[in-house]
Amino acid sequence: MAVSLPDENFTLQATGRVARRQAISRASKWVLLGASMIGVVVLFALIVDTIVVGWSRISWSFFTSYPSRFADQAGLRSSFIGSVWILSLTIVFVVPIAIATAIWVEEFAPKTRLLEFVKLNLANLAGVPSIIYGVLGLAVFVRLFGWGSSILAGSFTLFLMILPMTVIASQEAIRQVPPSLRQGSLALGATEWQTVWYHVLPGALPGIITGVILALARAAGETAALIMIGAFTFIAFDNTSIWDSFTTMPIQVYNWTVRPQEAFRQNAAAGILVLMVVVLTFNTAAAALRERFRN
Amino acid sequence: MSEAPTTTPPTEAALAHQGTATPRPAMSRKSVGASQRTAPDRFTPPEPAALEVRDLSVYYGKKMALSGVSMQIPVKKITALIGPSGCGKSTLLRSLNRMNDLIPGARITGAVDYHGHNLYGSNVDPVEVRRRIGMVFQKPNPFPKSIFENVAFGARVNGYKGDYNELVERSLRQAALWDEVKDDLKKSGLALSGGQQQRLCIARALAVSPEIILMDEPCSALDPIATLKIEELMRQLAKDYTIVIVTHNMQQAARVSDYTGFFLAGEAAYGQLIEYGPTEEIFTTPMDPRTEDYITGRFG
Ligand SMILES: Nc1ncnc2c1ncn2[C@@H]1O[C@H](COP(=O)(O)OP(=O)(O)O)[C@@H](O)[C@H]1O
Ligand SMILES: [Mg+2]
Repeated sequence: MAVSLPDENFTLQATGRVARRQAISRASKWVLLGASMIGVVVLFALIVDTIVVGWSRISWSFFTSYPSRFADQAGLRSSFIGSVWILSLTIVFVVPIAIATAIWVEEFAPKTRLLEFVKLNLANLAGVPSIIYGVLGLAVFVRLFGWGSSILAGSFTLFLMILPMTVIASQEAIRQVPPSLRQGSLALGATEWQTVWYHVLPGALPGIITGVILALARAAGETAALIMIGAFTFIAFDNTSIWDSFTTMPIQVYNWTVRPQEAFRQNAAAGILVLMVVVLTFNTAAAALRERFRN
Repeated sequence: MSEAPTTTPPTEAALAHQGTATPRPAMSRKSVGASQRTAPDRFTPPEPAALEVRDLSVYYGKKMALSGVSMQIPVKKITALIGPSGCGKSTLLRSLNRMNDLIPGARITGAVDYHGHNLYGSNVDPVEVRRRIGMVFQKPNPFPKSIFENVAFGARVNGYKGDYNELVERSLRQAALWDEVKDDLKKSGLALSGGQQQRLCIARALAVSPEIILMDEPCSALDPIATLKIEELMRQLAKDYTIVIVTHNMQQAARVSDYTGFFLAGEAAYGQLIEYGPTEEIFTTPMDPRTEDYITGRFG
Protein backbone atom coordinates (compact mmCIF):
# COMPACT_ATOMS: atom_id res chain seq x y z
CA MET A 1 0.00 0.00 0.00
CA ALA A 2 1.16 3.50 -0.79
CA VAL A 3 2.01 5.69 2.14
CA SER A 4 0.47 9.09 1.65
CA LEU A 5 2.99 11.83 2.26
CA PRO A 6 2.05 14.80 4.42
CA ASP A 7 0.75 17.67 2.30
CA GLU A 8 2.85 20.77 2.93
CA ASN A 9 -0.08 23.12 2.43
CA PHE A 10 -2.55 21.22 4.54
CA THR A 11 -3.22 22.65 7.98
CA LEU A 12 -5.76 22.13 10.75
CA GLN A 13 -5.02 25.43 12.41
CA ALA A 14 -7.84 27.93 12.46
CA THR A 15 -7.59 30.21 9.44
CA GLY A 16 -9.84 32.71 7.72
CA ARG A 17 -13.45 32.62 8.85
CA VAL A 18 -12.90 29.96 11.47
CA ALA A 19 -10.17 32.05 13.06
CA ARG A 20 -12.47 35.05 13.15
CA ARG A 21 -15.34 33.11 14.64
CA GLN A 22 -13.05 31.61 17.25
CA ALA A 23 -11.75 35.07 18.17
CA ILE A 24 -15.32 36.24 18.80
CA SER A 25 -16.03 33.15 20.80
CA ARG A 26 -12.96 33.70 23.00
CA ALA A 27 -13.80 37.36 23.46
CA SER A 28 -17.36 36.54 24.47
CA LYS A 29 -16.11 34.57 27.46
CA TRP A 30 -14.30 37.64 28.78
CA VAL A 31 -17.27 39.92 28.22
CA LEU A 32 -19.56 37.53 30.07
CA LEU A 33 -17.06 37.14 32.88
CA GLY A 34 -16.82 40.92 33.17
CA ALA A 35 -20.60 41.27 33.36
CA SER A 36 -20.81 38.64 36.10
CA MET A 37 -18.03 40.33 38.04
CA ILE A 38 -19.86 43.65 38.25
CA GLY A 39 -22.50 42.12 40.53
CA VAL A 40 -20.01 40.08 42.53
CA VAL A 41 -17.61 42.97 43.06
CA VAL A 42 -20.30 45.41 44.15
CA LEU A 43 -21.76 42.86 46.55
CA PHE A 44 -18.33 42.04 47.92
CA ALA A 45 -17.53 45.74 48.39
CA LEU A 46 -20.79 46.23 50.27
CA ILE A 47 -20.11 43.30 52.57
CA VAL A 48 -16.57 44.46 53.26
CA ASP A 49 -17.78 47.98 53.98
CA THR A 50 -20.45 46.65 56.34
CA ILE A 51 -17.91 44.55 58.18
CA VAL A 52 -15.45 47.41 58.43
CA VAL A 53 -18.07 49.78 59.84
CA GLY A 54 -20.02 47.38 62.04
CA TRP A 55 -17.54 44.80 63.30
CA SER A 56 -16.45 46.81 66.31
CA ARG A 57 -20.04 46.87 67.63
CA ILE A 58 -20.49 43.08 67.55
CA SER A 59 -20.28 42.01 71.17
CA TRP A 60 -22.34 40.09 73.66
CA SER A 61 -23.94 43.24 75.01
CA PHE A 62 -25.09 44.15 71.49
CA PHE A 63 -27.40 41.12 71.69
CA THR A 64 -28.51 41.64 75.27
CA SER A 65 -29.28 45.37 75.22
CA TYR A 66 -32.55 47.04 74.43
CA PRO A 67 -32.62 49.94 71.98
CA SER A 68 -31.41 53.18 73.48
CA ARG A 69 -30.98 56.87 72.80
CA PHE A 70 -27.27 56.27 73.22
CA ALA A 71 -25.81 54.42 70.27
CA ASP A 72 -23.14 52.60 72.27
CA GLN A 73 -25.74 51.21 74.67
CA ALA A 74 -28.31 50.20 72.04
CA GLY A 75 -28.69 46.55 71.10
CA LEU A 76 -30.74 44.00 69.22
CA ARG A 77 -32.36 42.24 72.17
CA SER A 78 -36.01 43.22 71.69
CA SER A 79 -35.91 43.12 67.89
CA PHE A 80 -34.20 39.72 67.92
CA ILE A 81 -36.84 38.34 70.26
CA GLY A 82 -39.53 39.98 68.12
CA SER A 83 -38.13 38.36 64.99
CA VAL A 84 -38.09 34.94 66.65
CA TRP A 85 -41.72 35.34 67.73
CA ILE A 86 -42.86 36.55 64.34
CA LEU A 87 -41.01 33.86 62.40
CA SER A 88 -42.09 31.04 64.70
CA LEU A 89 -45.74 31.98 64.40
CA THR A 90 -45.41 32.45 60.65
CA ILE A 91 -44.01 28.90 60.34
CA VAL A 92 -46.85 27.51 62.41
CA PHE A 93 -49.40 29.12 60.11
CA VAL A 94 -47.72 28.68 56.77
CA VAL A 95 -46.59 25.05 56.91
CA PRO A 96 -49.95 23.31 57.30
CA ILE A 97 -51.88 25.76 55.15
CA ALA A 98 -49.36 25.74 52.31
CA ILE A 99 -49.04 21.95 52.28
CA ALA A 100 -52.79 21.46 52.47
CA THR A 101 -53.37 23.92 49.64
CA ALA A 102 -50.70 22.35 47.46
CA ILE A 103 -52.03 18.84 48.04
CA TRP A 104 -55.55 19.91 47.28
CA VAL A 105 -54.56 21.71 44.11
CA GLU A 106 -52.30 18.94 42.84
CA GLU A 107 -54.04 15.79 44.00
CA PHE A 108 -57.70 16.41 44.65
CA ALA A 109 -59.04 19.48 42.91
CA PRO A 110 -61.14 18.68 39.85
CA LYS A 111 -59.16 19.74 36.79
CA THR A 112 -61.29 22.66 35.69
CA ARG A 113 -60.72 26.09 34.17
CA LEU A 114 -61.27 27.59 37.60
CA LEU A 115 -58.38 25.55 38.94
CA GLU A 116 -56.11 26.75 36.13
CA PHE A 117 -57.14 30.29 37.02
CA VAL A 118 -56.34 29.77 40.68
CA LYS A 119 -52.95 28.27 39.82
CA LEU A 120 -52.09 31.18 37.59
CA ASN A 121 -53.01 33.65 40.29
CA LEU A 122 -50.90 31.87 42.87
CA ALA A 123 -47.91 32.71 40.72
CA ASN A 124 -49.10 36.30 40.41
CA LEU A 125 -49.64 36.62 44.14
CA ALA A 126 -46.07 35.49 44.74
CA GLY A 127 -44.94 38.54 42.75
CA VAL A 128 -47.06 41.12 44.57
CA PRO A 129 -44.88 43.75 46.35
CA SER A 130 -44.73 43.19 50.08
CA ILE A 131 -46.02 46.67 50.91
CA ILE A 132 -49.38 45.60 49.47
CA TYR A 133 -49.52 42.79 52.00
CA GLY A 134 -48.69 45.41 54.63
CA VAL A 135 -51.66 47.53 53.58
CA LEU A 136 -53.86 44.45 53.63
CA GLY A 137 -52.59 43.46 57.08
CA LEU A 138 -53.20 46.97 58.39
CA ALA A 139 -56.75 47.07 57.06
CA VAL A 140 -57.76 43.55 58.05
CA PHE A 141 -55.75 42.32 61.02
CA VAL A 142 -54.83 45.57 62.75
CA ARG A 143 -58.06 47.51 62.24
CA LEU A 144 -60.91 45.20 61.18
CA PHE A 145 -60.02 42.36 63.54
CA GLY A 146 -58.85 44.86 66.13
CA TRP A 147 -55.59 43.00 66.82
CA GLY A 148 -53.62 46.25 66.85
CA SER A 149 -49.96 46.31 65.86
CA SER A 150 -49.42 43.00 67.58
CA ILE A 151 -47.18 40.01 66.96
CA LEU A 152 -50.29 38.13 65.81
CA ALA A 153 -51.14 40.76 63.21
CA GLY A 154 -47.49 40.83 62.06
CA SER A 155 -47.19 37.10 61.63
CA PHE A 156 -50.51 36.84 59.83
CA THR A 157 -49.33 39.50 57.42
CA LEU A 158 -46.05 37.70 56.75
CA PHE A 159 -47.92 34.41 56.54
CA LEU A 160 -50.07 35.82 53.73
CA MET A 161 -47.01 37.27 52.07
CA ILE A 162 -45.02 34.03 51.89
CA LEU A 163 -47.99 31.70 51.41
CA PRO A 164 -48.04 31.87 47.60
CA MET A 165 -44.34 31.09 47.18
CA THR A 166 -44.57 28.29 49.73
CA VAL A 167 -47.58 26.79 47.99
CA ILE A 168 -45.83 26.96 44.64
CA ALA A 169 -42.69 25.30 46.02
CA SER A 170 -44.83 22.57 47.61
CA GLN A 171 -46.76 22.04 44.39
CA GLU A 172 -43.54 21.60 42.49
CA ALA A 173 -42.27 19.12 45.06
CA ILE A 174 -45.52 17.15 44.85
CA ARG A 175 -45.39 17.06 41.08
CA GLN A 176 -41.91 15.51 41.30
CA VAL A 177 -43.36 12.39 42.91
CA PRO A 178 -43.73 9.93 40.02
CA PRO A 179 -47.32 9.00 39.08
CA SER A 180 -46.30 5.34 39.03
CA LEU A 181 -45.98 5.45 42.84
CA ARG A 182 -49.53 6.72 43.20
CA GLN A 183 -50.77 4.03 40.81
CA GLY A 184 -48.89 1.33 42.70
CA SER A 185 -50.40 2.46 45.96
CA LEU A 186 -53.96 2.84 44.68
CA ALA A 187 -53.78 -0.53 42.93
CA LEU A 188 -53.17 -2.13 46.33
CA GLY A 189 -56.42 -0.77 47.67
CA ALA A 190 -55.01 2.30 49.40
CA THR A 191 -57.34 5.29 49.48
CA GLU A 192 -56.36 8.56 47.89
CA TRP A 193 -55.57 10.01 51.29
CA GLN A 194 -53.43 7.01 52.28
CA THR A 195 -51.59 7.38 49.00
CA VAL A 196 -50.94 11.04 49.71
CA TRP A 197 -49.92 10.39 53.30
CA TYR A 198 -47.63 7.40 52.77
CA HIS A 199 -46.13 8.18 49.37
CA VAL A 200 -46.74 11.65 48.01
CA LEU A 201 -45.94 13.62 51.17
CA PRO A 202 -42.78 11.72 52.14
CA GLY A 203 -41.55 12.02 48.56
CA ALA A 204 -42.30 15.72 48.42
CA LEU A 205 -41.14 16.63 51.92
CA PRO A 206 -37.54 17.63 51.15
CA GLY A 207 -38.74 19.99 48.44
CA ILE A 208 -41.45 21.39 50.69
CA ILE A 209 -39.06 22.01 53.59
CA THR A 210 -36.59 23.69 51.25
CA GLY A 211 -39.34 25.96 49.98
CA VAL A 212 -40.49 26.82 53.49
CA ILE A 213 -36.99 27.72 54.63
CA LEU A 214 -36.38 29.95 51.62
CA ALA A 215 -39.71 31.68 52.23
CA LEU A 216 -38.78 32.18 55.87
CA ALA A 217 -35.52 33.79 54.85
CA ARG A 218 -37.60 36.28 52.95
CA ALA A 219 -39.91 36.83 55.90
CA ALA A 220 -36.90 37.29 58.20
CA GLY A 221 -35.68 40.20 56.11
CA GLU A 222 -39.09 41.76 55.52
CA THR A 223 -39.36 45.38 56.61
CA ALA A 224 -41.88 47.34 54.56
CA ALA A 225 -44.96 45.22 55.30
CA LEU A 226 -44.27 45.23 59.03
CA ILE A 227 -43.61 48.96 59.18
CA MET A 228 -46.91 49.37 57.41
CA ILE A 229 -48.79 47.57 60.15
CA GLY A 230 -47.06 49.66 62.82
CA ALA A 231 -44.00 47.73 63.96
CA PHE A 232 -41.75 50.78 63.71
CA THR A 233 -41.73 51.28 67.47
CA PHE A 234 -39.44 51.58 70.41
CA ILE A 235 -39.62 48.30 72.30
CA ALA A 236 -37.67 48.10 75.53
CA PHE A 237 -39.08 44.87 76.90
CA ASP A 238 -39.08 41.17 76.05
CA ASN A 239 -42.12 39.99 74.11
CA THR A 240 -44.11 37.44 76.07
CA SER A 241 -47.45 37.26 74.27
CA ILE A 242 -48.86 37.32 70.78
CA TRP A 243 -50.74 40.51 71.69
CA ASP A 244 -47.55 42.47 72.44
CA SER A 245 -46.42 45.22 70.16
CA PHE A 246 -43.10 44.28 68.61
CA THR A 247 -40.27 45.18 66.35
CA THR A 248 -37.95 43.00 64.28
CA MET A 249 -34.28 43.08 63.38
CA PRO A 250 -34.59 44.57 59.89
CA ILE A 251 -36.86 47.29 61.30
CA GLN A 252 -34.36 48.00 64.07
CA VAL A 253 -31.62 48.29 61.47
CA TYR A 254 -33.74 50.64 59.42
CA ASN A 255 -34.45 52.63 62.55
CA TRP A 256 -30.74 53.10 63.17
CA THR A 257 -29.93 54.04 59.59
CA VAL A 258 -32.28 57.00 59.67
CA ARG A 259 -30.59 58.47 62.75
CA PRO A 260 -28.23 61.33 61.94
CA GLN A 261 -25.43 60.28 64.32
CA GLU A 262 -22.49 58.36 62.89
CA ALA A 263 -22.49 55.95 65.85
CA PHE A 264 -25.94 54.65 64.92
CA ARG A 265 -24.65 53.84 61.45
CA GLN A 266 -22.20 51.50 63.12
CA ASN A 267 -25.09 49.84 64.94
CA ALA A 268 -26.94 49.50 61.66
CA ALA A 269 -23.94 47.85 60.02
CA ALA A 270 -23.59 45.45 62.92
CA GLY A 271 -27.30 44.66 62.73
CA ILE A 272 -27.00 43.97 59.02
CA LEU A 273 -24.17 41.54 59.71
CA VAL A 274 -26.31 39.64 62.20
CA LEU A 275 -29.25 39.59 59.80
CA MET A 276 -27.04 38.40 56.98
CA VAL A 277 -25.73 35.52 59.07
CA VAL A 278 -29.31 34.53 59.95
CA VAL A 279 -30.53 34.59 56.35
CA LEU A 280 -27.41 32.81 55.08
CA THR A 281 -27.94 30.13 57.71
CA PHE A 282 -31.48 29.61 56.47
CA ASN A 283 -30.39 29.37 52.87
CA THR A 284 -27.50 27.05 53.62
CA ALA A 285 -29.78 24.80 55.62
CA ALA A 286 -32.22 24.69 52.68
CA ALA A 287 -29.45 23.84 50.22
CA ALA A 288 -27.96 21.20 52.50
CA LEU A 289 -31.34 19.59 52.97
CA ARG A 290 -32.00 19.48 49.26
CA GLU A 291 -28.63 17.87 48.65
CA ARG A 292 -29.12 15.32 51.39
CA PHE A 293 -32.46 14.13 50.12
CA ARG A 294 -31.41 14.12 46.50
CA ASN A 295 -29.58 10.82 47.05
CA MET B 1 -75.66 -13.10 36.95
CA SER B 2 -75.92 -11.65 33.52
CA GLU B 3 -76.64 -13.51 30.34
CA ALA B 4 -73.79 -15.35 28.65
CA PRO B 5 -72.34 -13.47 25.70
CA THR B 6 -73.54 -16.16 23.31
CA THR B 7 -77.09 -15.11 23.96
CA THR B 8 -76.63 -11.36 24.10
CA PRO B 9 -77.70 -9.51 20.99
CA PRO B 10 -74.75 -8.93 18.69
CA THR B 11 -72.90 -5.79 19.63
CA GLU B 12 -72.30 -3.02 17.20
CA ALA B 13 -68.68 -4.08 17.08
CA ALA B 14 -69.55 -7.65 16.25
CA LEU B 15 -71.88 -6.57 13.50
CA ALA B 16 -69.33 -4.17 12.14
CA HIS B 17 -66.80 -6.81 11.22
CA GLN B 18 -69.04 -9.70 10.34
CA GLY B 19 -68.54 -8.94 6.68
CA THR B 20 -64.82 -9.58 6.85
CA ALA B 21 -64.78 -12.24 9.51
CA THR B 22 -65.37 -15.31 7.42
CA PRO B 23 -64.90 -18.39 9.53
CA ARG B 24 -62.52 -20.76 7.87
CA PRO B 25 -63.26 -24.34 8.76
CA ALA B 26 -60.86 -25.45 6.05
CA MET B 27 -57.98 -23.98 8.00
CA SER B 28 -58.24 -26.36 10.91
CA ARG B 29 -54.81 -27.88 10.74
CA LYS B 30 -55.03 -29.31 14.18
CA SER B 31 -58.35 -29.19 15.85
CA VAL B 32 -57.78 -28.87 19.57
CA GLY B 33 -60.23 -28.47 22.38
CA ALA B 34 -63.85 -29.05 21.70
CA SER B 35 -64.75 -25.41 22.15
CA GLN B 36 -67.92 -24.46 20.41
CA ARG B 37 -67.16 -21.14 18.87
CA THR B 38 -69.86 -19.75 16.65
CA ALA B 39 -68.07 -16.49 15.86
CA PRO B 40 -64.45 -15.42 16.35
CA ASP B 41 -65.25 -13.16 19.29
CA ARG B 42 -67.97 -15.33 20.80
CA PHE B 43 -66.52 -17.75 23.23
CA THR B 44 -67.56 -18.96 26.64
CA PRO B 45 -64.79 -20.65 28.56
CA PRO B 46 -65.88 -23.87 30.31
CA GLU B 47 -64.68 -22.56 33.69
CA PRO B 48 -66.85 -20.25 35.77
CA ALA B 49 -66.23 -16.58 35.02
CA ALA B 50 -64.18 -14.56 37.49
CA LEU B 51 -65.04 -11.44 35.53
CA GLU B 52 -67.65 -10.95 32.91
CA VAL B 53 -67.14 -8.01 30.60
CA ARG B 54 -70.38 -6.98 28.92
CA ASP B 55 -70.46 -4.65 25.96
CA LEU B 56 -67.73 -2.47 27.45
CA SER B 57 -66.73 0.70 25.67
CA VAL B 58 -64.18 3.18 26.94
CA TYR B 59 -63.78 6.79 25.92
CA TYR B 60 -60.99 9.25 26.63
CA GLY B 61 -62.77 12.57 26.33
CA LYS B 62 -64.68 12.36 23.08
CA LYS B 63 -62.37 9.74 21.61
CA MET B 64 -63.52 6.15 21.77
CA ALA B 65 -60.61 3.87 22.69
CA LEU B 66 -62.38 0.56 23.02
CA SER B 67 -65.69 -0.50 21.58
CA GLY B 68 -68.22 -3.08 22.67
CA VAL B 69 -66.02 -5.69 24.28
CA SER B 70 -67.76 -8.73 25.73
CA MET B 71 -65.74 -11.55 27.21
CA GLN B 72 -65.69 -13.89 30.16
CA ILE B 73 -62.46 -14.15 32.12
CA PRO B 74 -62.28 -17.71 33.50
CA VAL B 75 -61.42 -18.28 37.11
CA LYS B 76 -57.90 -19.52 38.04
CA LYS B 77 -56.70 -19.45 34.45
CA ILE B 78 -54.33 -17.16 32.61
CA THR B 79 -56.03 -15.04 30.01
CA ALA B 80 -53.78 -13.14 27.62
CA LEU B 81 -54.79 -9.99 25.79
CA ILE B 82 -52.76 -9.50 22.64
CA GLY B 83 -52.78 -7.08 19.75
CA PRO B 84 -50.76 -4.23 18.24
CA SER B 85 -50.08 -1.24 20.43
CA GLY B 86 -52.83 1.31 20.71
CA CYS B 87 -55.60 -1.26 20.33
CA GLY B 88 -56.84 -0.74 23.87
CA LYS B 89 -55.36 -3.67 25.80
CA SER B 90 -54.20 -1.52 28.69
CA THR B 91 -57.45 0.38 28.56
CA LEU B 92 -59.41 -2.84 28.98
CA LEU B 93 -57.12 -4.03 31.76
CA ARG B 94 -57.48 -0.78 33.69
CA SER B 95 -61.23 -1.05 33.31
CA LEU B 96 -61.15 -4.34 35.17
CA ASN B 97 -60.13 -2.79 38.49
CA ARG B 98 -61.29 0.78 38.15
CA MET B 99 -57.80 2.16 37.53
CA ASN B 100 -59.29 4.10 34.63
CA ASP B 101 -60.95 6.27 37.25
CA LEU B 102 -57.58 7.93 37.69
CA ILE B 103 -57.44 9.18 34.12
CA PRO B 104 -59.18 12.52 33.79
CA GLY B 105 -61.81 12.34 31.07
CA ALA B 106 -61.99 8.54 30.93
CA ARG B 107 -65.56 7.32 30.62
CA ILE B 108 -67.00 3.85 30.48
CA THR B 109 -70.20 2.32 29.19
CA GLY B 110 -71.25 -1.29 29.58
CA ALA B 111 -70.54 -3.46 32.57
CA VAL B 112 -67.94 -5.63 34.24
CA ASP B 113 -69.53 -8.19 36.53
CA TYR B 114 -67.62 -9.54 39.47
CA HIS B 115 -69.37 -11.90 41.88
CA GLY B 116 -72.62 -10.74 40.37
CA HIS B 117 -71.91 -7.07 40.99
CA ASN B 118 -71.21 -4.57 38.27
CA LEU B 119 -67.85 -2.90 39.07
CA TYR B 120 -69.36 0.27 37.67
CA GLY B 121 -72.52 0.01 39.73
CA SER B 122 -73.54 3.02 41.72
CA ASN B 123 -72.61 1.76 45.17
CA VAL B 124 -69.30 0.12 44.31
CA ASP B 125 -66.22 1.60 45.98
CA PRO B 126 -63.10 1.50 43.80
CA VAL B 127 -60.91 0.89 46.85
CA GLU B 128 -62.81 -2.33 47.61
CA VAL B 129 -62.46 -3.33 43.97
CA ARG B 130 -58.70 -2.76 43.79
CA ARG B 131 -58.09 -4.65 47.00
CA ARG B 132 -59.60 -7.74 45.38
CA ILE B 133 -58.35 -7.19 41.86
CA GLY B 134 -54.67 -6.33 41.99
CA MET B 135 -52.45 -4.92 39.31
CA VAL B 136 -48.83 -5.24 38.21
CA PHE B 137 -47.52 -2.54 35.92
CA GLN B 138 -45.37 -2.49 32.84
CA LYS B 139 -42.49 -0.73 34.52
CA PRO B 140 -41.68 -2.14 37.96
CA ASN B 141 -42.72 0.54 40.46
CA PRO B 142 -41.57 -0.50 43.93
CA PHE B 143 -42.00 2.12 46.63
CA PRO B 144 -38.82 3.87 47.77
CA LYS B 145 -39.02 1.90 51.01
CA SER B 146 -37.57 -1.34 52.31
CA ILE B 147 -38.46 -4.66 50.73
CA PHE B 148 -40.39 -5.51 53.87
CA GLU B 149 -42.40 -2.31 53.81
CA ASN B 150 -43.12 -2.70 50.11
CA VAL B 151 -44.80 -6.02 50.77
CA ALA B 152 -46.45 -4.95 54.02
CA PHE B 153 -47.86 -1.70 52.66
CA GLY B 154 -51.04 -3.03 51.08
CA ALA B 155 -51.87 -5.04 54.18
CA ARG B 156 -51.19 -2.04 56.42
CA VAL B 157 -53.50 0.30 54.57
CA ASN B 158 -56.14 -2.41 54.57
CA GLY B 159 -55.87 -2.70 58.34
CA TYR B 160 -54.40 -6.24 58.42
CA LYS B 161 -54.02 -7.35 62.03
CA GLY B 162 -52.06 -10.58 61.62
CA ASP B 163 -48.38 -11.41 61.76
CA TYR B 164 -46.57 -9.19 59.31
CA ASN B 165 -43.35 -11.21 59.32
CA GLU B 166 -45.29 -14.26 58.31
CA LEU B 167 -47.27 -12.35 55.68
CA VAL B 168 -44.17 -10.84 54.10
CA GLU B 169 -42.35 -14.18 54.00
CA ARG B 170 -45.34 -15.98 52.52
CA SER B 171 -45.88 -13.33 49.85
CA LEU B 172 -42.21 -13.23 48.91
CA ARG B 173 -42.11 -17.03 48.70
CA GLN B 174 -45.20 -17.04 46.49
CA ALA B 175 -43.49 -14.52 44.24
CA ALA B 176 -40.35 -16.70 44.12
CA LEU B 177 -38.26 -13.91 45.59
CA TRP B 178 -37.79 -15.02 49.18
CA ASP B 179 -34.52 -16.89 48.75
CA GLU B 180 -32.92 -13.94 47.01
CA VAL B 181 -33.88 -11.30 49.57
CA LYS B 182 -34.51 -13.07 52.87
CA ASP B 183 -31.30 -11.77 54.47
CA ASP B 184 -31.86 -8.27 53.24
CA LEU B 185 -35.46 -7.33 53.93
CA LYS B 186 -34.39 -3.89 55.13
CA LYS B 187 -32.76 -3.08 51.81
CA SER B 188 -34.56 -0.59 49.60
CA GLY B 189 -36.84 -2.11 47.00
CA LEU B 190 -35.18 0.17 44.48
CA ALA B 191 -31.84 -1.57 45.03
CA LEU B 192 -33.09 -4.79 43.40
CA SER B 193 -32.62 -5.74 39.75
CA GLY B 194 -35.46 -5.07 37.30
CA GLY B 195 -36.68 -8.65 37.39
CA GLN B 196 -36.52 -8.77 41.17
CA GLN B 197 -38.36 -5.46 41.39
CA GLN B 198 -41.14 -6.86 39.25
CA ARG B 199 -41.39 -9.96 41.45
CA LEU B 200 -41.43 -7.64 44.46
CA CYS B 201 -44.38 -5.84 42.89
CA ILE B 202 -46.08 -9.20 42.41
CA ALA B 203 -45.39 -10.12 46.04
CA ARG B 204 -46.77 -6.76 47.09
CA ALA B 205 -49.94 -7.44 45.12
CA LEU B 206 -50.26 -10.95 46.58
CA ALA B 207 -49.94 -9.69 50.15
CA VAL B 208 -53.43 -8.21 50.11
CA SER B 209 -54.88 -11.61 49.07
CA PRO B 210 -56.51 -10.57 45.82
CA GLU B 211 -58.59 -12.96 43.76
CA ILE B 212 -57.52 -11.61 40.43
CA ILE B 213 -54.19 -10.18 39.29
CA LEU B 214 -53.99 -7.96 36.24
CA MET B 215 -50.58 -7.62 34.59
CA ASP B 216 -49.87 -5.02 31.96
CA GLU B 217 -46.88 -6.16 29.91
CA PRO B 218 -45.08 -7.19 33.09
CA CYS B 219 -41.98 -8.39 31.27
CA SER B 220 -41.52 -5.75 28.63
CA ALA B 221 -38.86 -3.97 30.69
CA LEU B 222 -37.04 -7.18 31.58
CA ASP B 223 -34.29 -9.34 30.07
CA PRO B 224 -35.14 -12.81 28.74
CA ILE B 225 -34.03 -14.68 31.86
CA ALA B 226 -36.02 -12.47 34.20
CA THR B 227 -38.93 -12.84 31.78
CA LEU B 228 -38.80 -16.63 31.98
CA LYS B 229 -38.78 -16.42 35.78
CA ILE B 230 -41.91 -14.29 35.78
CA GLU B 231 -43.62 -16.61 33.32
CA GLU B 232 -42.81 -19.62 35.50
CA LEU B 233 -44.15 -17.71 38.46
CA MET B 234 -47.37 -16.93 36.61
CA ARG B 235 -47.95 -20.62 35.94
CA GLN B 236 -47.50 -21.27 39.66
CA LEU B 237 -49.85 -18.46 40.64
CA ALA B 238 -52.55 -19.61 38.24
CA LYS B 239 -53.24 -22.48 40.64
CA ASP B 240 -54.69 -20.02 43.12
CA TYR B 241 -55.35 -16.80 41.24
CA THR B 242 -57.11 -15.61 38.15
CA ILE B 243 -54.58 -13.84 35.97
CA VAL B 244 -55.13 -11.49 33.07
CA ILE B 245 -51.97 -10.50 31.25
CA VAL B 246 -51.47 -7.97 28.50
CA THR B 247 -48.54 -8.77 26.29
CA HIS B 248 -47.34 -7.79 22.88
CA ASN B 249 -45.06 -10.77 22.88
CA MET B 250 -46.96 -13.54 21.12
CA GLN B 251 -44.52 -16.26 22.17
CA GLN B 252 -45.22 -15.25 25.73
CA ALA B 253 -48.96 -15.44 25.23
CA ALA B 254 -48.56 -18.85 23.62
CA ARG B 255 -46.25 -20.08 26.39
CA VAL B 256 -48.15 -19.01 29.46
CA SER B 257 -51.79 -18.39 28.73
CA ASP B 258 -54.79 -20.69 28.68
CA TYR B 259 -57.03 -18.31 26.76
CA THR B 260 -56.20 -15.50 24.41
CA GLY B 261 -58.15 -12.49 23.25
CA PHE B 262 -56.93 -10.67 20.17
CA PHE B 263 -57.64 -6.96 19.82
CA LEU B 264 -57.24 -4.64 16.89
CA ALA B 265 -57.92 -0.99 16.27
CA GLY B 266 -57.71 -1.03 12.49
CA GLU B 267 -59.24 1.79 10.49
CA ALA B 268 -61.97 2.22 13.07
CA ALA B 269 -59.35 3.83 15.33
CA TYR B 270 -61.00 2.30 18.35
CA GLY B 271 -60.01 -1.10 19.63
CA GLN B 272 -62.26 -4.11 19.32
CA LEU B 273 -62.10 -7.69 20.47
CA ILE B 274 -61.54 -9.55 17.22
CA GLU B 275 -61.17 -13.09 18.45
CA TYR B 276 -61.24 -14.91 21.74
CA GLY B 277 -60.70 -18.56 22.53
CA PRO B 278 -58.37 -21.18 23.95
CA THR B 279 -54.80 -20.08 23.31
CA GLU B 280 -53.97 -23.16 21.28
CA GLU B 281 -56.87 -22.58 18.94
CA ILE B 282 -56.09 -18.92 18.52
CA PHE B 283 -52.51 -19.74 17.58
CA THR B 284 -53.16 -22.77 15.39
CA THR B 285 -56.62 -22.36 13.92
CA PRO B 286 -57.72 -18.76 14.17
CA MET B 287 -61.15 -18.09 12.74
CA ASP B 288 -60.57 -14.50 11.72
CA PRO B 289 -58.02 -13.81 8.99
CA ARG B 290 -56.80 -10.74 10.86
CA THR B 291 -55.89 -12.88 13.83
CA GLU B 292 -53.91 -15.15 11.58
CA ASP B 293 -52.17 -12.19 9.95
CA TYR B 294 -51.18 -10.87 13.33
CA ILE B 295 -49.91 -14.08 14.87
CA THR B 296 -47.97 -14.95 11.75
CA GLY B 297 -46.36 -11.54 11.96
CA ARG B 298 -47.89 -10.09 8.82
CA PHE B 299 -48.71 -6.85 10.61
CA GLY B 300 -48.68 -5.20 14.01
N1 LIG C 1 -54.63 8.40 29.42
C1 LIG C 1 -55.08 8.46 28.17
N2 LIG C 1 -55.64 9.59 27.70
C2 LIG C 1 -56.09 9.66 26.43
N3 LIG C 1 -56.03 8.66 25.55
C3 LIG C 1 -55.48 7.50 25.96
C4 LIG C 1 -54.98 7.34 27.29
N4 LIG C 1 -54.50 6.08 27.42
C5 LIG C 1 -54.70 5.49 26.22
N5 LIG C 1 -55.28 6.33 25.34
C6 LIG C 1 -55.65 6.02 23.95
O1 LIG C 1 -56.44 4.88 23.93
C7 LIG C 1 -56.04 4.00 22.90
C8 LIG C 1 -55.70 2.65 23.49
O2 LIG C 1 -54.54 2.79 24.28
P1 LIG C 1 -53.99 1.63 25.21
O3 LIG C 1 -55.10 1.05 25.96
O4 LIG C 1 -52.84 2.17 25.97
O5 LIG C 1 -53.48 0.58 24.12
P2 LIG C 1 -52.47 -0.64 24.26
O6 LIG C 1 -52.26 -0.92 25.69
O7 LIG C 1 -53.14 -1.75 23.53
O8 LIG C 1 -51.23 -0.24 23.56
C9 LIG C 1 -54.89 4.67 22.18
O9 LIG C 1 -55.38 5.28 21.04
C10 LIG C 1 -54.39 5.69 23.16
O10 LIG C 1 -53.93 6.83 22.48
MG1 LIG D 1 -50.48 -0.81 26.84
